[in-house]
Amino acid sequence: MAATVQSRPRKVSIRVDRPAARERRAVRRLLIGVSLAFLATFLFLPLAAIFAEALRGGTKAWIVGLADPAAWSAVKLTLLVASIAVPLNLVFGLAASWAIGKFDFIGRNLLLTLIDLPFAVSPVISGLVYVLLYGAHGWFGPWLQSENIQIIFAVPGIVLATIFVTFPFVAREVIPLMQEQGTEEEEAAITLGASGWQTFRRVTLPNVKWALLYGVILCNARAIGEFGAVSVVSGHIRGRTNTMPLHIEILYNEYNFAAAFAVSSVLALLALVTLAAKAAVERYSLRAPESAPADPILIASNLSEEPAL
Amino acid sequence: MGAATSRIVKPSVLPGFGPALGYTVFYLSAVVLLPLAAMFVKAAGLGWSSFWETIASPRVVAAYQLTFGASAIAAILNVTFGFVLAWTLVRYSFPGKKLVDAAIDLPFALPTAVSGIALTAVYARNGWVGQFLEPAGFHVAYAPPGIVLALTFIGLPFVVRTLQPALEDLDFEVEEAAASLGATRRQTLVRVIVPAVLPALLTGFALSFARAIGEYGSVVFISGNIPMKTEIVPLLIVTKLENYDYAGATALGASALVISFAILFLINVTQWLAARRHRRT
Repeated sequence: MAATVQSRPRKVSIRVDRPAARERRAVRRLLIGVSLAFLATFLFLPLAAIFAEALRGGTKAWIVGLADPAAWSAVKLTLLVASIAVPLNLVFGLAASWAIGKFDFIGRNLLLTLIDLPFAVSPVISGLVYVLLYGAHGWFGPWLQSENIQIIFAVPGIVLATIFVTFPFVAREVIPLMQEQGTEEEEAAITLGASGWQTFRRVTLPNVKWALLYGVILCNARAIGEFGAVSVVSGHIRGRTNTMPLHIEILYNEYNFAAAFAVSSVLALLALVTLAAKAAVERYSLRAPESAPADPILIASNLSEEPAL
Repeated sequence: MGAATSRIVKPSVLPGFGPALGYTVFYLSAVVLLPLAAMFVKAAGLGWSSFWETIASPRVVAAYQLTFGASAIAAILNVTFGFVLAWTLVRYSFPGKKLVDAAIDLPFALPTAVSGIALTAVYARNGWVGQFLEPAGFHVAYAPPGIVLALTFIGLPFVVRTLQPALEDLDFEVEEAAASLGATRRQTLVRVIVPAVLPALLTGFALSFARAIGEYGSVVFISGNIPMKTEIVPLLIVTKLENYDYAGATALGASALVISFAILFLINVTQWLAARRHRRT
């Protein structure tokens, strides 16, 4: 089981001055200017607009927008959904990475590809499939109705759709790392008499802690912010099945822009915290490059791996 | 050796393979595979003629044309500007570079609904940028350019993050060799650098495109959602569901999913070919 995944130490900056492999100063400035202008129009202006619009009516209007009971129930539902979806996907991620990362078996690459599937599915379709399964006209619809269980247009459907869209995040961070680290340390622990559970807790888990944290950060951000999938299964019952992004949509469509942007500003702050946490984990894990998490996009693109065909 | 290959799993002293794999397969099936299979079974049950009737209706064709067109333009914009961005981030140093590098992931971290209303606020008639564009007759919000804008926004990190490691791996010596052999900087770019990072460019394009054709949250606020004009495929699926047209939604969903999988497959093939070529040289 040769390690097929290479960890890439990121070269942060190239200090060596090599004039033959460099552009002229004017070209360099132009390219930097183009980059910054592009980011400004596409990224920074919209981000600034969220806070400007949220605070347009002063801090009082901002607080009023957030203090609404419907906003509160949206916050609570969002936190509830994330607190169910993230731990479930965390446990799955650990089980999958133990099986795939530490053992060599037939169908391993197929399993890896299947775990990636939700990345390739439109959020709207992620919601649709649950409607077709558990909705009133779905496979299990009549049975659920006779048992008086409601999944679609209720909280369980929102949780399921969120689990689907955040499904690969933890697994895809931890699997490549466990593969790369091999099994020697675990084998030594087992040989020295440790139980399987002790080995996992004391040897494996500390080795992958940064990648695990990284995956949880990404998973959590997506769980809190998911819109399309949740929108399809929620039914938009105000105060009952609205998450924060859905609440924003309702406020916005009612032309209550102040409140819509007030709630948005909270989510935008959360996104900035997510970016900061992500950068911090990247920095900390650089000190221990052995356990550095891989870039999620590289993972999503299978770039550092043998393709699973 | 023969005994080892005939087994499903290579023997190991580590415990827990059975439960770990069992749970993985169970959870994967329950959460992902069963629901996806349900949709395809439902779509198959529609019969070919009613499936085709849905897919070939003018409104669906218009939505597909718009979705693919806007996604392709967005992916091209992202590859172009993403290349410049990745290049400046890898090769140059400038004040605030670390912040810019971290900000690339913003579209990932920001909920799509928030991105959608933020972009609309900036580019609508009374927005910061829109107030200058609208009088000039250039409509962004509630028109196709707004859709391209939103899709460019959400696709950018895919291109930059795919290109950065490829550019970091480039060897200065090759560029110096090109220069010493009399190549201009532009020739070096076109003949040396771009071919070397072409697989990464293609992957970035495909990832950005694939994400764009499924995107919903950031588009619906800025697109205006006018049937035949600014209605994207994911929105049409939602509209059909809201009208209790489950058959139509299923047909449309299944067709969109097949296309997404085809793109994913192409990405894998591209990379497999690139990796093979890389190994040979």
